[in-house]
Amino acid sequence: MKKPLILLLIFLSILLNRPFNTTAYAEQLAEREIFPSGITLLHSEKKALPIVTVVMAIKAGSVVEPHEKAGLANLAADLLNEGTSRRTSKKISDEIEFVGGSLSTSGGSDYITVSLTVLKKNLELGFDLLSDIILNPSFNQDEINRRKKVIKSAIIQQNEEPGIVASKAFSKAVFGVHPYGRPVEGTLETLDNISRQDIVDFHSSYYSPNNTIMAVVGDIDKEQLKSSIDKYFKNWKKKEINFPDMPFPKSGGRAEVIKINKNITQANIILGHLGIKRDDPDYYAVSVMNYILGGGGFASRLMDNIRDNKGLSYDVHSSFSASKYSGSFQVGLQTKNNSANQAINEILKEMDRIRTETVSDKELDNAKLYLTGSFPLRIDSNRKIAAFLIAVEFYDLGLDYADDYKKFIEAVSKNDILRIAKKYLDTRNYILVIVGDIEKAVLEY
Amino acid sequence: MKIIVLLFMFLIFTSLNAYPLNVNEYKLDNGLKILIVEDHKAPTATFQIWYRVGSRNEGIGKTGLSHLLEHMMFKGTSKYGPKTFSQTIQRAGGTDNAFTSREYTGYFELLASDRIELPIELEADRMQNLILTPQAVLSERDVVMEERRLRYEDDPQNIVFEEVMAAAFKNHPYRWPVIGWMSDLKTLNPEDLISHYKTYYAPNNAVVIVVGDVKSEEILSRIKTAFGSLPSGPPIKNTDPGEDEQRGEKRIYVKKEAELPYILSAYKVPDINHEDGFALEVLGNILSEGKSSRLHNILVYEKQLAVSAWASYDGFHIDPFLFFAGATASHGKTSEEVENALINEIEKIKKEPPSEQEVQKAKNQIEASFIMEQDSIYMQARTIGTFEMIGGWRLLEKYLDGIRKVSPEDVRRVAERYLIPDRRTTGILIPVTDGKKQ
Repeated sequence: MKKPLILLLIFLSILLNRPFNTTAYAEQLAEREIFPSGITLLHSEKKALPIVTVVMAIKAGSVVEPHEKAGLANLAADLLNEGTSRRTSKKISDEIEFVGGSLSTSGGSDYITVSLTVLKKNLELGFDLLSDIILNPSFNQDEINRRKKVIKSAIIQQNEEPGIVASKAFSKAVFGVHPYGRPVEGTLETLDNISRQDIVDFHSSYYSPNNTIMAVVGDIDKEQLKSSIDKYFKNWKKKEINFPDMPFPKSGGRAEVIKINKNITQANIILGHLGIKRDDPDYYAVSVMNYILGGGGFASRLMDNIRDNKGLSYDVHSSFSASKYSGSFQVGLQTKNNSANQAINEILKEMDRIRTETVSDKELDNAKLYLTGSFPLRIDSNRKIAAFLIAVEFYDLGLDYADDYKKFIEAVSKNDILRIAKKYLDTRNYILVIVGDIEKAVLEY
Repeated sequence: MKIIVLLFMFLIFTSLNAYPLNVNEYKLDNGLKILIVEDHKAPTATFQIWYRVGSRNEGIGKTGLSHLLEHMMFKGTSKYGPKTFSQTIQRAGGTDNAFTSREYTGYFELLASDRIELPIELEADRMQNLILTPQAVLSERDVVMEERRLRYEDDPQNIVFEEVMAAAFKNHPYRWPVIGWMSDLKTLNPEDLISHYKTYYAPNNAVVIVVGDVKSEEILSRIKTAFGSLPSGPPIKNTDPGEDEQRGEKRIYVKKEAELPYILSAYKVPDINHEDGFALEVLGNILSEGKSSRLHNILVYEKQLAVSAWASYDGFHIDPFLFFAGATASHGKTSEEVENALINEIEKIKKEPPSEQEVQKAKNQIEASFIMEQDSIYMQARTIGTFEMIGGWRLLEKYLDGIRKVSPEDVRRVAERYLIPDRRTTGILIPVTDGKKQ
């Protein structure tokens, strides 16, 4: 039987622009190279299927947009495939869809992504389209108006989804004026503040090769890939990027209960507060602790107590969302309105228990076995490998992340868990959001 | 949201053998069918077991039984006790879950391929040794009711979907939701579940599917060891529910707190085993697949009437099912405007066949998505299983040929034949504002 894949990224000097000189490790997942233009390329050749996936992550997410123009970064990304100097919006979708490929963009807070998946035989077309939409978007005023209208309708429609309403209210309360506190799509008001010139300027400021991570996974060899990048991205020039100062998230330790009334059958509850950043050394201990508390599905305490034993909720989970500049901790569940108090009590009880009592050997063991043993599943398809490579590069996780991850997880002790639970879980000062029928819920909070 | 679910299913099902799957088929003496695909691109594997039972096999007053039983299957056996199934899989670094549909109930595990013996053993055990205590049933019933509130009661578009289904079929069990009606869930009892379990959970009513980094012979012998001694159950009674011909359009309205009007139409169409199934599939693609498709291009892009507009042929069922067309209106637009535009597009394609280019695009999309879906071992197994449940996995091979033969005139002809008011049920969401808003 094969051993789990070991992630081995070959690091080359940024000055080199000559063919790779690598040993053919059977278990090597990707090669890394920084191009003269500044693009960081991560390449994983996978020949099992005649397909190629390219993900470009450009650090032009909502964290770098002005507060009063929230939604600018998302709108800029959204408009990439709505027309270029060479192609109309319709022509772009016609060309990629005719060959059964996909070319999509996605907004985000830290970075935006442009993703391409095509059959190997359509690679030239794929790269041509990909480079065209990133380098030459026209940001036509009609297209801007169209997309703004669609995004606004989508924002309005979000009110139909109590889970989204709760989650937006939670982020706003936890992160305050930090960009993580606002939705990447912006608001009805801030979208009106965005002009065509804002979008053009934003694109020219942040869409540059030295601000881009490119993951390429699939049936393409190094030589072909490098010549395609040279051919299609040769006019993409390096430039200096000025990142704006970012406000600190509102400090934790402030309690707030937010009740949003809706004529629905369930109370959608989120309870949480600030958490940790991705580069926090406690990240791994926090991962193990959270698995036991509420991240581990049926192996978690929250699921066991609230769903399995009490039948109060279908979905109950806790998570630490640890991002580049900040992070949050949250427990989320939905329960019929009149069970809301009981469910909140149980969440707090479980948070308190893991803060005050050491976890059992078995719980610790189970968590470690899952977290380390499930690693192969995180990288078993082209799509997953591409996403994984972007994360490894963006968070600077290093060349031997798979090995390191295992070591870090295995080093976590019961005392570490107690220590970090005390440090990162707060059962008194938390944000509590309830979206539901507030009258029926008769909240004690 | 329902739209996403439907489109997602559509992607799964638009499967061809442009890049053929090498399925190894076996059958044990007790009737258990085994389908194995070796895929060595990563050291992982999925083990799945599909039972030929779903909401189609339920009766009035007992809706939701198959889905509740799916939940109960995680509650432990005489050998392994409660709360151990998922925990054991997770200890091995695996994940597990299950799904219930109108025709089948499936259970799956995903894990490193050197641990594949674990789910084989566990699935064989719970096929026959499940413990169903009254207390566990009551508690899980509450969980399913919460699931129902989450997915349906509080989701206006999904309520419309439920109502459209309930109106479109007057007799066939397709008319009730897989999760069951709330009033039925409240009364399902342990005896119902035990009898359902005893009737349908037997080797002769199940199919094992393994995809991943495995050796067929090796895995087969492990499966034989684990499942071979299980006794075959009595033959499953063939349910053959029918549906009378519809005589005129049916319309339903849902008034609910919501932000945007929404319309969903369902036309009665034959299933994929019918010769017209392939042309209906291509028709769905031309209308709806991607931003260059007709509905998106006209309703969303040009006329800006809708936030989203889509159509989808849903023929992957044992009995004739539905062709859906729907749209969410843009803020400020009415459901009438959107409905007229939808119907207009459908009328257009009845009068004039699509271009060769459009038909070729649809074929290319279907072919490419079949290859791209093989990126995931889980999706491969789901595709094979879905075909197997509705007529045999070999139907998958016929499918590509069928799609390739579709002509522009075929597409026009099936639109003209099936997308007519007399076969249609339309649901309209009327957003109301709630007086209690603070």
